[in-house]
This record gives sequence, structure tokens and C-alpha cells, in this order.
Amino acid sequence: MSEISRADVEHLAKLAHISMTEQELEKMAHELAVIVDSVATVSEAVSGEIPATSHPLPLTNVFREDEVGHVFTAEQSLLNAPDAEAGRFKVPAILDEE
Amino acid sequence: MTTHTHELIRLTAAEMAAKLRAGEITSVALTQAHLDRIAAVDGGERGINAFLHVSEEEALRTAAEVDAIRAAGGAEAEALHPLAGVPIAVKDLIVTQGQPTTAGSKMLDGWMSPYDATVVTRLRDAKLPILGKTNLDEFAMGSSTEHSAYGVTRNPWDITRIPGGSGGGSAAAVAAFEAPLALGTDTGGSIRQPGAMTGTVGGKPTYGAVSRYGAIAMASSLDQIGPVARTTEDAALLHELIAGHDPKDSTSLTGEVPALAETVRGADVSGLRVGVIKQLQGEGYQEGVLARFHEALDALRAAGAEIVEVDCPSFEYALGAYYLIMPSEASSNLAKFDGVRYGTRVLPEAGPLTIERVMGSTRAAGFGDEVKRRIILGTYALSAGYYDAYYGSAQKVRTLIQQDFDAAFTKADVLISPTSPTVAFPLGEKDDDPLAMYLNDVATIPANLAGIPGLSVPGGLSEGLPVGIQFLAPIREDARVYRAGAALEKLLTQDAEPLWAQAPELAETAEAAAHAAGK
Repeated sequence: MSEISRADVEHLAKLAHISMTEQELEKMAHELAVIVDSVATVSEAVSGEIPATSHPLPLTNVFREDEVGHVFTAEQSLLNAPDAEAGRFKVPAILDEE
Repeated sequence: MTTHTHELIRLTAAEMAAKLRAGEITSVALTQAHLDRIAAVDGGERGINAFLHVSEEEALRTAAEVDAIRAAGGAEAEALHPLAGVPIAVKDLIVTQGQPTTAGSKMLDGWMSPYDATVVTRLRDAKLPILGKTNLDEFAMGSSTEHSAYGVTRNPWDITRIPGGSGGGSAAAVAAFEAPLALGTDTGGSIRQPGAMTGTVGGKPTYGAVSRYGAIAMASSLDQIGPVARTTEDAALLHELIAGHDPKDSTSLTGEVPALAETVRGADVSGLRVGVIKQLQGEGYQEGVLARFHEALDALRAAGAEIVEVDCPSFEYALGAYYLIMPSEASSNLAKFDGVRYGTRVLPEAGPLTIERVMGSTRAAGFGDEVKRRIILGTYALSAGYYDAYYGSAQKVRTLIQQDFDAAFTKADVLISPTSPTVAFPLGEKDDDPLAMYLNDVATIPANLAGIPGLSVPGGLSEGLPVGIQFLAPIREDARVYRAGAALEKLLTQDAEPLWAQAPELAETAEAAAHAAGK
């Protein structure tokens, strides 16, 4: 069984910006261990010489002229904003209060 | 519901299109018939719940436009797309202007897209009335449509069972005659597996063949939009409409869109080499599913196909690779849902309102359990110290799977397998066992990892529930899966009604009856 502790999940949840209760952390640690055990078999299948595939098709970079295309107005951009003021997104404090 | 309505909705999309062209029916009548059907069977506790949003006004407006153009005749009428006036439903992962898009998540409750997905623009340009948006597992994460924040979708064949997922809404809508056509998205089987569960046809095009611009991304190297329909011809017609290069999607393929509907109409398998994938049968597959699968092989063989066995040893690791690559990409793609510029913002119950804490509480409240599970799993797989063992190995497995396919396609023109190891299971059965849920995708995942096209067609019934047969072909050879799929469809319906016509009659929901009584 993979060693995934409650503390590991707490760290991952912090990285992923998802607040979790004690109960959720416990449950997730258990579920994650089971899933990781099952998927970890991939490391048995491969040796160093196999190239990695990140994408199903060989792609080359796509270029276009650097021209201004369609742009949204400030009003359109703010239409779905949870909070806005004076034509701008209003966000909570970036820095801690202290 | 009138007899006329009942008959209209049971036509295939191709038949509807022909009747519209011949002036035998109007698009307004056809669209209204589907809206009536949705009102009759979709709502309430025993309803299908395929739709999250129904767009009656917009659909009828488009329909009336098509009717007016046809009535006026002339060049504009001549120029109408063959499917003009045939209504369609759109999976709610695909963004639409003027209709809400939720991705089945509370995170996007009430969100209105400021732009249309390219596939939606194609539908609008071709004047297909858009009936509404269909239910799905939240952010397309699931195989049963039970992970939607807006309730489960029920299987029209048995409303106590799942319709498959994540595109259960699109498949159920088409199976329940609420729409003749629908759009789906397929990251690990989300078009094909619901097709199998509901006795409908689901196509996953070659990666890049259909623009993904405006499809809310789960795993960008795997996601693909595709057609959902009741027949291979209808799926082919829709596939042709949505395929083609789009400069707004940097992974979009260039080149000609293959003539798929033509392929379907002349489909014949004589001389076609059909490869049975050794690894996608046997253990874990229900007896009834395998019985229908072997009957399909017999039918193809009798029609002149050459059945060969192909060995794909790395498929054993496909599920593991998928459940590392997909959550890794998803954890990154879903980072944008932070409650800052759009979507839900939830403030923490106590303590200071810093952006970190607001993000944490927003994502805690906005995402469901399965989405959180995948984000955490992806974050784990990508973290320092584990990256090489997990994500790195998974990417190498992906290479091995492509090599397996390459070798298989030297021996066979198309590959065949059951679409899913089981028929539709009861709602709630796998709620507490994510791993059991993941096993549903074992036969569909390899195609996404390799980017190749796939098609699921109905293969008969087991225990009264539909079984799907999957065909796979090399990259850009989408026509081959349609050729084989259409040929099998023809063989299996020679002496029997098509599967979609055998679905049990749905009772009108209590809500619909009360509504009708109150009229």
C-alpha cells in the first residue's frame, strides 16, 4: 500500500488551493492510496530507453501575424465577475492583513 | 403527445433532413415535437434529466428562419446545409452564447459564455436549432453522469440505471427521442461508453479533427468533441459538419474532411481485415457482453470480413497511464477556477479574507468530490520526487500503446472490441468505489492515449440492456470506423428492428401530466 498520509494530502490540498476538513483529508488519503497503488504499475512497464509521448500527434508551433483580433469590451469581460468596481475586477486582499 | 409528434421524433436525422428538404414537414413542427418530448419525459423524479437547460425560444427562432428560407426558395434555400432545421442538443461542457454553460459544476452556476465554441458556430451557421444543454459528470469527470452537481441522468432503457458518462445527458437525450443529434466530448470514452449504455452511436474523431475551441478543457492532450446519434449515417453527417481546421485551436488538423456519410451509405466489409484485440475481452467482461461481441464477429465474418487476432500487451498499463496523465492535465486546466474573474466565489466562514483563503473556500464549495480527487491525484503525480515515477512513466506507456496500435494496424484495417466491459449498472452502485468506476473505461482509453478515431455502435441486448461494439482505426482514418460500424449496423438490422427503436416506451412524468391537465 502506498504511503499517503493525511499530512501529505493536506500539503497537496494547499498546493491545489482546496480547503478541506479533517474528515475530508482522512477520506482522501485513503482513497488516494488505493488509486495510486493501482496506477503505479506503469513504472513496471517502462525502461529508460522508451521516449515519452506528451501528445498524440506530432505538432509544430503555429504562428500567425501579431495583429489585434477580436477583443472583449471591459463590460463584456466583467459580465461574469463575482465582484467588480470601476470597470475592474475586484479581488480579495493579495497580502495578509498583518 | 400526438401520433404525429410520436412519429416525427422517431425518424433518423437523415430522414428528418430529407422531409424538410421535400417540404413535407417544417422545422418549427419538428423542433416543437422535440421540445414537447423533452417536456414530457425529461423532468421530475422519474424523468430522464438529460437537459440542464432547454432553449425553447432560440431553437424555435432558428427553426422559423430555416422554414422561411425554404419557403422563399432560390439561391439561399439551395445553399442551406443538408442538416439545416434538424434540432440538436449540446453537451454542457461546450460553451454557448445566450445559453448558460455549467460543465455540470456549481463552480460555473449562472455563468454565461461571452463566446461560442467553434463547433457551436458551425451549428449556428448550418442553422441547426439548438434545443439546449445536456447533463454530464462535473467537468466531464466520470463514467456514469452521477457526478453532476445538478442530479443524475437516467438511462431511457431502465431509469434505475446509469446512462454512462461523462456524456450521459447527450446519449440519453438521443436514446429517449428528445433530440435526434447531440454533441459530446470524449477524453477517455465519454462519447462511446454512453453510446454503448444507451443503444446509440457515438463517435470519437481523430484527435484534432474537430476543433476543441470552446470545449472546457479537462485533459488537453486527450479531449475530443464528437457526434452522438442513433445511426451511423446521422453520426457521419454531424461529424462532417463539425470537422475541419480551426485556427483558434492550435492542435487542429489541417487537410480534407473525409466523406463519411458517403462511406456509410456504401459500407461493406468484404475483404476488410478486422483485428480482435486480445487484451480487450475475457476477464472483467460480462458474459452477455462477450456473447454479443462474438455474434458481431460472426456477422462480420459471414459478410466477408477477415477476422484476425492482434496482441496489444501494453494495454494492461493503459488504465494506469490514463489515470495519471488525465488528472495531471486536469489539475492544471482547472487551476483557472479561482473565483476571481468569473464563476462562483465563496468566502470563508471565518478569518481574514485573503485571496488564498477565498480561493480555498471557493474551490472547496465549487468542486464536487470526484473533481477534487482528480485535482489532488494530479497534483501528487506532478509533484517533485514522484514526477518521473508517475507522470514520466505514464508518458512512456503512452508511447508503448501507440507502438502496439502501429503493430496491430499492420495486420488489420480496423480493430474491434466491446465498448464497455458491462451493460449499464444501477445508479449508486459504484458511488463509494472510484477505482471500480474507472474500470468502465478500460476499452475506450487506449484510443485517447494514441489519438486515434473510434466509434461505438449498438451490438444487441444483454439482460434487456444495450451492448456496444467499438471500432478503432489509425489516425486520420475516421472513414474506416464508419465503414465497419455502418456495415455491422446493417448486418444486425437486416432481420430486426434497430436497437434504438426497441427501447421501452417512457411514461410521461407526473409533472408533464399535471402540466398537460392544467393547460
